[in-house]
Amino acid sequence: MAHPLIDELTDSSFDELISTAEVPVLVDFWAEWCGPCKAIAPILEEIADEHNGQLKIAKVDVDSNQKLALRHQVMSIPTLILFQGGEATKRLVGAKSKRDLLADLAEVISN
Amino acid sequence: MSNTTHHTVVIIGSGPAGLTAAIYAARANLNPVVVEGEPSSTSDQPGGQLMLTTDVENYPGFPDGVMGPDLMHKFREQAQRFGAQMVTDKVTKVDFSKRPFGVWTGEATPEPTYTAESVIVSTGAQSIMLGLEREAELVGHGLSTCATCDGFFFRDQEIAVVGGGDSAMEEATFLTKFASKVTIIHRRDQLRASKIMQDRAFANEKIEFLWNHVVVDYLGNDKLEGVKVRHTQNSHESELAFAGLFMAIGHKPNTDLFAGQLDMKDSGYLITKPDSTSTNVEGVFACGDVQDDVYRQAVTAAGSGCMAAIEAERWLEAQHS
Repeated sequence: MAHPLIDELTDSSFDELISTAEVPVLVDFWAEWCGPCKAIAPILEEIADEHNGQLKIAKVDVDSNQKLALRHQVMSIPTLILFQGGEATKRLVGAKSKRDLLADLAEVISN
Repeated sequence: MSNTTHHTVVIIGSGPAGLTAAIYAARANLNPVVVEGEPSSTSDQPGGQLMLTTDVENYPGFPDGVMGPDLMHKFREQAQRFGAQMVTDKVTKVDFSKRPFGVWTGEATPEPTYTAESVIVSTGAQSIMLGLEREAELVGHGLSTCATCDGFFFRDQEIAVVGGGDSAMEEATFLTKFASKVTIIHRRDQLRASKIMQDRAFANEKIEFLWNHVVVDYLGNDKLEGVKVRHTQNSHESELAFAGLFMAIGHKPNTDLFAGQLDMKDSGYLITKPDSTSTNVEGVFACGDVQDDVYRQAVTAAGSGCMAAIEAERWLEAQHS
């Protein structure tokens, strides 16, 4: 079920991945009951495949990791937060098309 | 090089109207292509408004109710079963001035993405925002267009819903699962919502009503902390603290795409001929909420989607005989 290139992060594994990743990490805060989250899940899998090595994609299930959601002030899902060098550098709220998402990520990926 | 593909029927939109039209058109061997839209967190997305709802209790055939997104997945599967082709893209331009009609997705190119002998328009409607300053930047920071997505983040907090129709009642009732108190802010002193939805809201101890008030400003800097409201009769203004605000003030039809090509009312709803889904352009049919400012139900949308497919089929037959 889980995508091989996408890590499922938890309250305990989050910091380590974010601080040690060698490429920018896009974290998708999502939940099972969120329709728009489900709509963008396949898009994120495609981006993970197509930009492997440039960008890492990770997911946080807000239902079981509420502390992480609170810590990153997530009040709406899907929220995508881009981390570079351990710091949050960009925040994207709401589902969108692959084209728009790639445009938002243009600074960290190349075609 | 042109990548244009030609189709007998192109359906724009994939709510109950578009997908019912797809089922009927596919079963009539018209090989429809459904340009279903793109993911978004508003109702302007594949599957339409029901994708943001929870229990649908008034769609016939589901005595125990059905989840909106589940219902739409079933519609989609049923259309695909008969060969309807689904394309997850958004239409950016149409040309109904000559036949075959032109339909574009993505970037503006000289040649259309699709040409079609007949087009069924079922682009639906999307929820209206208040249009106040800083609205776009507060979405996702306390201001929400999707109660089912965001209610979870307001556990034990006080929030508000703006509106007085069925969607406002449904959202408020749903949000009481999380929030400690939900205030419904409504500009009149009575509700537009159906009796059963009103009764349910009135009976809910967590729901309070603020009658005859409109929201005139958002309070808070990085995130919403409250709203300024104005009394509609005496114009008295006051500030109220809320951790979240959910919008349910109504819908506007998604018809910008058709301006200057299809006849529409001042309100933007497409005009169809009486007892028909025909528009002012022969061969272009409109169904669902995009042309319905009266009923706006999933079942009426589905019904008119069926009409559009049958009318398209008969019109196409007449062209070739």
